[in-house]
Amino acid sequence: MEKTVNHKAWFLVLPVLVLVAFSAVIPLMTVVNYSVQDSFGNNQFFWVGIEWFQEILTSERIHNALGRQLMFSAIILAIEIPLGVFIALNMPKRGIWASVCLVLMALPLLIPWNVVGTIWQVFGRVDIGLLGHTLAAMGIDYNYTQDAFDAWVTVIVMDVWHWTSLVALLAYAGLQSIPEAYYQAAKIDQASRWAVFRYIELPKMQGVLLIAILLRFMDSFMIYTEPFVVTGGGPGNATTFLSIDLVKMALGQFDLGPAAAFSIMYFLVILLISWVFYTVMTNLDKREGA
Amino acid sequence: MAKITLSHLAHSYLPHPASEDDFALKEMNHVWEDGAAYALLGPSGCGKTTLLNIISGLLHPSQGSILFGDTDVTEAPTTARNIAQVFQFPVVYDTMTVRDNLAFPLKNRGAEPAYIASRVAQIAEMIGMEDQLGRRARGLTADAKQKISLGRGMVREDVNAILFDEPLTVIDPHMKWALRTQLKSLHREFGHTMIYVTHDQTEALTFADKVVVMYDGRVVQIGTPEELFEAPGHTFVGYFIGSPGMNVLDANIEGDRAYINGAEIPLSRGYGELGGRVQIGVRPEFVSLTADRDGLPVNVRRIEDVGRHRIVRADFFGTDISIIAGEETPVSADMNRVTFRPDKIGVYVDDWRVTGGAA
Amino acid sequence: MTLQLDGVTKLVNGQVHIHETDLTLEKGTMNVLLGPTLSGKTSLMRLMAGLDRPAAGRVLWQGDDVTGVPVQRRGVAMVYQQFINYPAMTVYDNIASPMRLLGKTKAEIDAAVHKAADLMKLTPMLQRKPLELSGGQQQRCALARALVKDAGLVLLDEPLANLDYKLREELRVEIPKIFEESGAIFVYATTEPEEALLLGGSTATLWEGRITQFGPTPEVYRNPQDATTARVFSDPPMNFLRISKAGPKLLFGDGQSCPATGRLGELDDGRYLAGFRPNHLELDQHVPDALEFNCNLAVTEITGSETFVHLDHHGERWVGVIHGVRDLTIGDPLTVHLDPAHVYIFADDGALVAPAAYAQAA
Repeated sequence: MEKTVNHKAWFLVLPVLVLVAFSAVIPLMTVVNYSVQDSFGNNQFFWVGIEWFQEILTSERIHNALGRQLMFSAIILAIEIPLGVFIALNMPKRGIWASVCLVLMALPLLIPWNVVGTIWQVFGRVDIGLLGHTLAAMGIDYNYTQDAFDAWVTVIVMDVWHWTSLVALLAYAGLQSIPEAYYQAAKIDQASRWAVFRYIELPKMQGVLLIAILLRFMDSFMIYTEPFVVTGGGPGNATTFLSIDLVKMALGQFDLGPAAAFSIMYFLVILLISWVFYTVMTNLDKREGA
Repeated sequence: MAKITLSHLAHSYLPHPASEDDFALKEMNHVWEDGAAYALLGPSGCGKTTLLNIISGLLHPSQGSILFGDTDVTEAPTTARNIAQVFQFPVVYDTMTVRDNLAFPLKNRGAEPAYIASRVAQIAEMIGMEDQLGRRARGLTADAKQKISLGRGMVREDVNAILFDEPLTVIDPHMKWALRTQLKSLHREFGHTMIYVTHDQTEALTFADKVVVMYDGRVVQIGTPEELFEAPGHTFVGYFIGSPGMNVLDANIEGDRAYINGAEIPLSRGYGELGGRVQIGVRPEFVSLTADRDGLPVNVRRIEDVGRHRIVRADFFGTDISIIAGEETPVSADMNRVTFRPDKIGVYVDDWRVTGGAA
Repeated sequence: MTLQLDGVTKLVNGQVHIHETDLTLEKGTMNVLLGPTLSGKTSLMRLMAGLDRPAAGRVLWQGDDVTGVPVQRRGVAMVYQQFINYPAMTVYDNIASPMRLLGKTKAEIDAAVHKAADLMKLTPMLQRKPLELSGGQQQRCALARALVKDAGLVLLDEPLANLDYKLREELRVEIPKIFEESGAIFVYATTEPEEALLLGGSTATLWEGRITQFGPTPEVYRNPQDATTARVFSDPPMNFLRISKAGPKLLFGDGQSCPATGRLGELDDGRYLAGFRPNHLELDQHVPDALEFNCNLAVTEITGSETFVHLDHHGERWVGVIHGVRDLTIGDPLTVHLDPAHVYIFADDGALVAPAAYAQAA
């Protein structure tokens, strides 16, 4: 059913347009502006074309950072998604314990990023940290400031601790939306536990899991604060992910031009992947609604 | 397949029911025949879903027992009861094909692949989905999905009973009678014991051999559609079945005569001394409006022309009554009297029908 | 007070939803829009209300052109198929809400709310929230709100469709009563012929975006001007049979005929379409000259006081409505009878050429 057409309504959108222009479009254009120019200070700029983009695309340093970044995102997705689903499947469905679980699960999500970093930074220290000290006492050679592998493990465990709840909560919401009749039908059909998961729970969670994967991918791909607080990107460049590298480049070295080009490509990569996800999801919806 | 016995069965959702009012399902004893189609009919809150859940094993009754054949299954879980159930909303396995959906209950029980294939083909033909067997269930219409659910309920030949919980709720009105008809022919073909829960009289009366009318946690009548129409066992049945419902009038009964405000109404049977609230019930179809002096006086208030007949609303000694007059039966202003067909008048004491002796 | 549609049409994405329509509704009348789903009932109501603007034509209210005037500035009340109430307000506040917007005094509001609640049997529930009520009570609350608004035009779009049949039965009787008291123009959309007949007043039958006939309800029912109207205003739909007229006789195929009496005698020889209502098929022969058809019983349906028989007559699907509950065996041959006085004769293009004799007599 269509409505009466009244174009005056567009004026109501105007404030939002102005706001978006100031908060997103204008800063973005500044970055675009920087990415095609060079400066030697004194606010003097000159045109360099796509030189910075070429430099970034061929830079080994950026390639390595990108490789680490992809590796990091892949690992945390591979751990957090199945783990989150597993937790959701084992949470109580109703009653007081369901609420208690929900609150407990939500707790890590409420802690600010840099606090999470700090917690784990202290927690893992060999001298005073509970974890580091215990591991050392058990004779395990663990030191995230010296050993690249240990640093990776720490950062990944920290992210899993911080964000698996999100996946679990989303999956839990998906599971809660399955009508009781499905489980009863499965009982009557004598379906195995695995079949219930494979043919009822997983298909019904599909939508929320895609959202979870999308959110966790984007977020992990842009991760900055926590590894910066814990490892500062080290040891060496072992945990220098894209955004850490970007900040180093922009603020550490004040290479504004390359940093701007870097930002734009970073942004485009995330946009591209999000778009792919979005398309896949809407196609699924269409099939569902057909 | 098996007959179903409900023995002293009752259920309360309260842990310590004190009075009868605390029971959602009042004590009942019934034996339902093997291979028959039953409909549980009643308004919402009458206890029909509670009863269905007890039969399916979802709910444990507060008292009494339930038997499939000679086996007491009161304590048995759903899986052990060997039943099939079709729910109010289509329950299909979205990612499976229509074929796999239909085969699922058989596969899980380790049936032979050749048998599964032939059985699935047979069911697919019955529900008219042979040409869609290879399609995924996701994306099908609600009608098609519900047909799959019906098919999956029907696919096993050895079930004790098939339960239907308002299965046509989501179906488009013009598709309803087609599915209802299909269900009926499926029943004729396979002879399963079927129990069908609904609040829709047309669905119940059309589908079932025997309709179980429930009201306020009680089974008020079990009967064929004809019996429910001709001889309602309870005033509620008279009201709920038929449109408009049965006229119920307070009366005194003396032998084979009923008296309302001193006016005499002949009955076809004789009755002894009756205690409690005595009423007579007669359907609007069996009341005629007449100018004849033999009739009893009524005050006609309005005449509703519904095309194939007219419904006359009248005041009869202070009580509203409905009279059905044929489309071409003349209704004139001097027709201010009514007659009742004696053989169609029922006598009710405290809402329950009493049978009289030969007059 | 009159509402006049003057040559209005409605297009959606280039497709015609309402063909050119002229319709005049008078003060204090009940007007039923009867037609199947998607026949244009809701589209027509939206045009009347001012929710949509017609593609062409004018809408006149008391003679004034109100075509472009938005719904807020017209005195219109509407009740929908879904039960629409304010969930956070009590029933009292729900009913009072349109009057509060009009700035009525407390005493006025109180009196009107109690009157409407009384009429709708909602008085004991005034302090409850809509969601604590049954479906029937919720819809009565919505009806009461439409009533107190004291609008000149009250539009009811299948208000009983979502209620179960016993409640529908009650409200169908109540609605015409309520309407008798108010002087508004009522427009009531329904898909059910029986509902139209119960409401009385006038009926406009709709088919594919066109009003096929408009007139007093029983008149449209008994004297449809064409086969489409007859089909729409019959539940189950009218049965049809091709026949031919030769001299003094109507030939019904399979050797049966009946004398062409009265106006039928004046018809030219040739092929016609005979139509008859399902309730006029009978199992027993009641008149000596009844036509007899040998059919196969495909399906039966029992509604409680009637039995619907779906018949196969040489490949044509017919439906018969038989009084009472009958136990018939599906698949068996079944002979049905039809009084020729119940037969309507239509021309090949669907126009009525001779009404059924019984309808003339009535």
